[in-house]
Amino acid sequence: MVIHELWFVVLAFMLTGYAVLDGFDLGVGALHLFVGRNASERGRAIDTIGPVWNGNEVWLLAAGGSMVVAFPAVYAASFSGFYLALMVVLWLLLLRGISIEFRHQVDSPLWHEVWDVVFCGASALLAVLFGVAVGNVLRGVPLDARGEFQGSFALMLNPFAVLGGVLSLATLSLHGAAWLAHKTDGQLQPRARRLVGWMWWVVLALLAAMVAASFVVRPDFTTNFTRWPVLLAFPLIGLGGAAYLRRAWARHDNRGAFLGSATLIAGTLASAAAGLFPHLLPALPGSSHPGLDIYNASSPAGSMRIALGIYLFGMTLVTVYLVNIYRIWKGKSQQYYI
Amino acid sequence: MTDAIYAARFQFAFTIMFHYLFPVLTMGLGVLIAVLKTLQIVKARDEYGDAARFWARIFAITFAAGVVTGIPMEFQFGTNWARFSRYAGPVVGQTLFMEGVFAFFAESAFLGVFLFGERRVNPLLHWLAAVMVGLGAVVSGYFIVATNAWMQNPVGYQIVNGRAELTSLWALLGNPYVRWMYPHVISGSMITGSMVMAGVGSYYLLSRREPELGRLSVRLGVTTGLIFALVSLFPTGSLHGENVARYQPVKMAAMEGVFETQEGAPLAIIGMPDTERRELLDPIFVPKMLSYLAYGDFRAKVVGLNDIPDDRQPPVELVYYAYHIMVGLGTIFIAVLGVAALLLWRGTLFTNRLWLWVLMLAMPFPYVANHAGWIVGEVGRQPWVVYGLQRTAEATSTNVSGGMTVFTLLGFMGLYLLLGLLYVFLFLKIVHQGSRHGHA
Repeated sequence: MVIHELWFVVLAFMLTGYAVLDGFDLGVGALHLFVGRNASERGRAIDTIGPVWNGNEVWLLAAGGSMVVAFPAVYAASFSGFYLALMVVLWLLLLRGISIEFRHQVDSPLWHEVWDVVFCGASALLAVLFGVAVGNVLRGVPLDARGEFQGSFALMLNPFAVLGGVLSLATLSLHGAAWLAHKTDGQLQPRARRLVGWMWWVVLALLAAMVAASFVVRPDFTTNFTRWPVLLAFPLIGLGGAAYLRRAWARHDNRGAFLGSATLIAGTLASAAAGLFPHLLPALPGSSHPGLDIYNASSPAGSMRIALGIYLFGMTLVTVYLVNIYRIWKGKSQQYYI
Repeated sequence: MTDAIYAARFQFAFTIMFHYLFPVLTMGLGVLIAVLKTLQIVKARDEYGDAARFWARIFAITFAAGVVTGIPMEFQFGTNWARFSRYAGPVVGQTLFMEGVFAFFAESAFLGVFLFGERRVNPLLHWLAAVMVGLGAVVSGYFIVATNAWMQNPVGYQIVNGRAELTSLWALLGNPYVRWMYPHVISGSMITGSMVMAGVGSYYLLSRREPELGRLSVRLGVTTGLIFALVSLFPTGSLHGENVARYQPVKMAAMEGVFETQEGAPLAIIGMPDTERRELLDPIFVPKMLSYLAYGDFRAKVVGLNDIPDDRQPPVELVYYAYHIMVGLGTIFIAVLGVAALLLWRGTLFTNRLWLWVLMLAMPFPYVANHAGWIVGEVGRQPWVVYGLQRTAEATSTNVSGGMTVFTLLGFMGLYLLLGLLYVFLFLKIVHQGSRHGHA
């Protein structure tokens, strides 16, 4: 039934949307401590994401909501299985939200310094943990007969997933640096541009390593691509984004470079999703469960159909808001916080 | 295993009650700020704009605290309540998802425009942003209350392969249980926003600072506060009570401390339920009133707890006391705000230091009343997580131990203590700065 496949696309789209949108503000968080040399420069870096970070994070909540409604068994298994890791993610999201919203409320260097460190640490760790999570999903998890598992930290921190974490931190930092180069001027911009220049190489090297490792960890990863060669469009889009990023950066087109890094992230995640299909949470070899996929982990079809209608209507509205909101904040960032 | 259930229940109760401290203020305050922005445009007077800007700063920190404490709620359905997610996800996921795509996106996106865009967008768009933020908060509340109402009174579903499937979205959204529960929740939130506004305004008048902001806040707070305190009692409170009696007679019996099934049941104003002796100790009764309030008939039969099996009863004392605290405080609010409105009408409130003190000190109590109301609703539904369908004990994650839950509970307690202290500090700081801030 096509409804299952459609929901797979929706879920992949929501998670990719989250990575592209919250990705740059996580990247700005990880970098602002180093790109900005004093409290006021760091404040300026944060000002570039001040009006939009909260709306970006809603993508995570909406992605979670779409998982609950369409694939409740995956939601239940992965959230209870990765229990402690997800609780740490929650605490980091909490600290990050507090630091960005409360930092500008008090005019004191020490206050700013504390929240800058918290904001940087929480953003960077979140970027790493999201990458680790994607790595573990790609690699598969041990599932018992009922589709349950218990992921200890040691299980999560396998070399493949750790590589995913490092790649994620590097990619989101590149994305954040490209955003800063686009949105700032003065002292911050040349520093952000230099970062984009060399981070590009780092990301490409890590990406190549991750792709190679994927073939080792999941030999069947290529199955979908050989079966439906049209899916090769996704990796090509990712590579095209990387190439466009470099070219635009060299021509001092910082907006183009940011769009290039967004395309790179979207293409990479779409490729991962294409390789994973129809699995949502594959099982490690030796598990007594074949793995949770879009058929055995889904809601009844009736519920999925109703939710798809809600989704299409809701996302039309969201698109209208987003286009207008980003248009309002276009151009170089100003000092919004007073 | 029972330890794990208690740990999961305690964690949920703790995190959601802490979380609700913030949306209960933002839902009401968001509407009041939209009113101030509208008055600014209609009356073309700057003082309304200054007040809107001041209250927006309070709104901003409250909204931020609400967002960061709200994310754990969605996560916990998966982490701690995996069997609930599997069973009820196809239904409750719909409303949670609708909150995200319809309300929360709008609220977050327009909050940025409202907070930072006053000098960047035209006044009409800035007004629209304020309205969208208020609307987003209130609509967000609808989806959450509709989710809860389904857990109180499941409708529009069928059971397929041992789990719930949604058959009618309109039944879910138009659940008879939500019809009066939602207005009751919103009126509770409006009271909170109004009383905080009146309380802070009173502080300014008492300390002889910010006279314009103070007078405006007190006037708006007292007026809307009184309206919604009355609305909370009737129609929203009493009609929601009738719904509870119809759909969850056990909860009603626990709320009122009724042990013996009786016709023409009296209403207990006070009294202490004793679950050992199965009676209400030292009660003060209004004869036949409960039958009338619950069923609109002085002779109607009210089911007592003695006729309900033990394994279908909630913790009676907690529900009873929470309910009586809520109703008692609601009555006090009407009295306090009624007197304030009378003084306002006679033009003496702004100089009546006694009553300004009363208004200032009343600020924490709407929170107590709202939280007591949620305890009645949630504890009163026990031992069910989805009334009549799934027991709370059958809803937990089987692969998460009690120890892990206790550990993460301690983590939440530590972080929330920090957040709570920071919030209070910033609240007081913003109040101290008053309207001088924000003109830069």
